[in-house]
Amino acid sequence: MMILSGDPPRSRALSILLVVIILALLATPFIFPGAKALNVAAKICIFAALVASYDLLLGYTGSVSFAHTMFYGIGSYAIAIALYGLGPNWTSVAVAVAAGLPLALLLALAIGLFSLRVEAIFFAMITLAVASAFLVLASQLSWLTGGEDGRSFQLPELLRPGTVFVGKEWFGFPVNGRILTYYLVLTACAAMILALLRVVNSPFGRVLQAIRENRFRAEALGYRTVFHLTYANCIAAAVAACAGMLNALWLRYAGPDTSLAFSIMLDILLMVVIGGMGTIYGAIIGAAIFILAQNYLQALMGIASTAATDAGLPLLPGLLHPDRWLLWLGLLFIASVYFFPTGVVGRLRNRPPAAR
Amino acid sequence: MSEIAATDALPKPKRDIAPLLLPVVLAIVMIPLVGSASSWVTLTVASLAMGMMIFIMASGLTLVFGLMDVLNFGHGAFIAVGAYVATLVLLPLASWAQADSLLANLAVLVPAALLSMGVTGALGLVVERVLVLPVYGQHLKQILMTTGGLIVAEQTLYALFGPQIIPMPLPTALRGSFILGDIVISKYRLLAMLLGFAIFVAIELVLNRTKIGLLIRAGVENREMVEALGYRIRRLFLGVFMTGSALAGLGGVMWGLYREQVHASIGDELTVLVFIVVIIGGLGSITGCFIGAILVAMVANYGGFLVPKLALVSNILLMVAVLMWRPRGLYAVTSR
Repeated sequence: MMILSGDPPRSRALSILLVVIILALLATPFIFPGAKALNVAAKICIFAALVASYDLLLGYTGSVSFAHTMFYGIGSYAIAIALYGLGPNWTSVAVAVAAGLPLALLLALAIGLFSLRVEAIFFAMITLAVASAFLVLASQLSWLTGGEDGRSFQLPELLRPGTVFVGKEWFGFPVNGRILTYYLVLTACAAMILALLRVVNSPFGRVLQAIRENRFRAEALGYRTVFHLTYANCIAAAVAACAGMLNALWLRYAGPDTSLAFSIMLDILLMVVIGGMGTIYGAIIGAAIFILAQNYLQALMGIASTAATDAGLPLLPGLLHPDRWLLWLGLLFIASVYFFPTGVVGRLRNRPPAAR
Repeated sequence: MSEIAATDALPKPKRDIAPLLLPVVLAIVMIPLVGSASSWVTLTVASLAMGMMIFIMASGLTLVFGLMDVLNFGHGAFIAVGAYVATLVLLPLASWAQADSLLANLAVLVPAALLSMGVTGALGLVVERVLVLPVYGQHLKQILMTTGGLIVAEQTLYALFGPQIIPMPLPTALRGSFILGDIVISKYRLLAMLLGFAIFVAIELVLNRTKIGLLIRAGVENREMVEALGYRIRRLFLGVFMTGSALAGLGGVMWGLYREQVHASIGDELTVLVFIVVIIGGLGSITGCFIGAILVAMVANYGGFLVPKLALVSNILLMVAVLMWRPRGLYAVTSR
């Protein structure tokens, strides 16, 4: 209970689902062979942490930010630029953390102080504008960021796939630097999610929820709402930057398409809403569902699309084309905002007691 | 204190002209900085034309927000849909559009623009009923719903038209430029400028000289009071939403012709620009939106000419500067 900060899943189905996801993630390198499964698992971990930090903003304070990918990108680029410029060693990683985190925090502070004073809508628009400017900046300053091509770099010796720890293969699976990197990502993401769970269940988190429910009353009770909102914005930005760093370490690459693009922002929104806003657990569920769909639904759609083409149906092949998977998730998104705004987690928690 | 007799006219509201002068001053300040008169004229015409196009797209958004407190994050989708629908007319009739006769060109262009406006207007009706109405009054859900609408619209466009860039060449009569001495003014920019200005005047006239305009302005200021007087503001709002969507569609057609190509991502790209304009102008204000659009375009054009690197973030800097001066935008009309 302590480790969950006194906020357990509160639903048997949800607990089982979470345990299954976590066990699957833990065992991925030894159950599912192949690089693709490992990539999917690492992406689920990273996005679970990223989405959880976004949930702190969207679900707990009720402010919609479109600049979350900016912080994610700052983290990614910090690692990439440091390892590219200073060489593949641990000092560079330390430099990246020491430079990237404060930069993300400062930007979050500036945006927060500038725009959180006013309505949620202003915050949403201003973050959108700032994030798009940042994206343009990152893709234009090619001497620093590598422009549209991004930066590929080498990892420190210990984390390279070439580093083999156990001479022989272990149960037929290689134990190498790649696996170590995976567990590093998994552990760090788990730590961040647990920390966020702690934050939202602290008195500070309660104040955030009070602000979400009624800002005016929270202010009347004597809470400095701008301070709390800005603080939450900074925490979320720091976690997002860390997730970005892990992402860069995993991919050994940072570029606009993998860390800054507006489509990633939309992905985060979809994950948090489908999983369940204001629950933190929703982030894990949402990320798992979304990324599994992203990687495996497309194959299914490809089959359906070919079948529709063979059947000679008009329009349907285009709509079912594997590249259009986002269309269906977009529809699911609208439906979930409309019909079950509390997402999967909220649905599982709110079932009548008899059904539990 | 002097007493006001009942027969006296109401005191005229003070005119706030400082924001109106802002673009003029900016343009004049730029004369010595740009250096040559001919490039200054070209840049100014370019910024006015671009500003008018952005204004056409943004005007609907600002009114919808002002009137009903609804912020449509999917507004960019209307822009993209408008541009795509126009290609449905422009591409099959390309021979007319490329014919060397103004009449033939217009015979393609006008129906294309009207069809776009019709389709986006109808789409506006659907979006308002399906996405906005159910979550009316809840900002968070509105933002999420309309963002979802944007995703679905963009993906549907990809599914229907394919992911490639569609070329959208200008009709022959609008190509080329007028040349006065060493000043070059492109014909299309002139047309965009005139059309945009005409739409601005038309909106201002409707808002200030008609009963409907009176109700819209009253609704922006105080919605409950208008409802209490027995007007069905929901129907009025639907009308404004559809008009705004149709204007966004028209803006999309004009932008597509300006760039001579169409791609579904113009929705995302222009949404940001349109939001900045709406924030600068003050949410709900048409005049503010007009000035904001010109300012954004001027900063982009002059900035791009003088300090190309700065142009990347010029919009943000402009927004910060304006909000420091007037935190609620140039003209704050709503009490919210």
